Amino acid sequence: MISSLTAEKLACVRGDKRLFESLNFRVSAGQALAVEGANGAGKTSLLRMIAGFLAPAAGRIVIKDAGGENDDPEERGKVIGWLGHLDGLKPQLTVIEQLNFFAHLYRRSADTALLEQVGLARQADLPCRYLSAGQRRRLALARLLASKRSLWLLDEPFAALDASGQTQVAQLMARHCGEGGIIIAATHDPLGLGNESLKL
Amino acid sequence: MSPFATLFLRDVRLAARSGGSAALALSFFALVATLVPLGVGADLHLLARVAGGILWVAAVLAALLSLDRLFQGDYEDGSLDLIALSPLPLELTALAKIAAHWLSTGLPLTLLSPVLALLFNLPPPATLILFVSLLVGTPAVSAVGAIGASLTLSLKRGGLILPLIILPLLAPAVIFGAGAVSLALDGLGSSQALGLLAAFAFAAMLLSPFAAAASVRLNLGG
Repeated sequence: MISSLTAEKLACVRGDKRLFESLNFRVSAGQALAVEGANGAGKTSLLRMIAGFLAPAAGRIVIKDAGGENDDPEERGKVIGWLGHLDGLKPQLTVIEQLNFFAHLYRRSADTALLEQVGLARQADLPCRYLSAGQRRRLALARLLASKRSLWLLDEPFAALDASGQTQVAQLMARHCGEGGIIIAATHDPLGLGNESLKL
Repeated sequence: MSPFATLFLRDVRLAARSGGSAALALSFFALVATLVPLGVGADLHLLARVAGGILWVAAVLAALLSLDRLFQGDYEDGSLDLIALSPLPLELTALAKIAAHWLSTGLPLTLLSPVLALLFNLPPPATLILFVSLLVGTPAVSAVGAIGASLTLSLKRGGLILPLIILPLLAPAVIFGAGAVSLALDGLGSSQALGLLAAFAFAAMLLSPFAAAASVRLNLGG
């Protein structure tokens, strides 16, 4: 379990464009941070930077856990649960195959109860090509839960979901924070967690 | 099940299901090998002479058909991000994908080759050498191909550039593979050519996962 994530003087350059610089923030266990900003402001770039896919142009990202401080992106990757704007689902695989694959890839046991939690229990044997955008999102959410990681990076967690789905996501996020997890979400909608927000 | 086996089995499953490219590669191989005797004519001696080279080149080109999707599919739908964050290092990810590609493409091509050798009037001893050379050499095609696939994974038409990158690198495999068949045809020992082919394949499988992983890392940041 990590106790905090700190960004120090982060800068992001994409092509010739400087998206943000001298960005400082800190999120502690049990907290959520909403990253807000116009399209193209660098929300997704910031998430990819935290995930370690993108090297910051300047500054560093430090996580703190029982073992001390660490700014190695590879180490950071091991605690990250990722929900990107792409769903990462294969049209040929069924819902349960998809979930099992990722659970085993993350060395977790696959749990069909997760499908019930996101409202996909009846679709378990359906190939993913027949899922609607909202159902794909729900499956991606089940996968995030299956990964059992403590630092959630969410890119537009409410996108494509209906009202009940959005409520469910809000509940899951609240539960994750309640269990001492950290959430950093790029979003246009309020997270409703009494969280701080970061404007890019 | 270990993360490595999980990824390997998923890739094999994807290749075997509808929309997978394994059947496509196999049909392409069979069609090219059928067309060449029709084009060259019924000179049985000549056909046997060119069989090794033609079947090897056809096998390499057939394997190319499915290679460009090795990482690209996972990159485009976002799976690669999730795989990169999993406990499986990217080097082993690349190795699992290479192994899955070989099992779903290289091995079927090898198994089909003795049947196609009949069309070329290749004598049984030389056919055996062709079979062994493909069995030993096709892993090199998958491994070297993985480097090309990882370099072109973010390109929209990467499949067009891929052959330009990897075909020159595969020249040794074609030379030793087809050479072994020629030697067998002349009644000479082909164990040396096969040994060099095996060494090439071994080196390719050992080194290419590192190159592919480095290039995937670069592309994830792009």
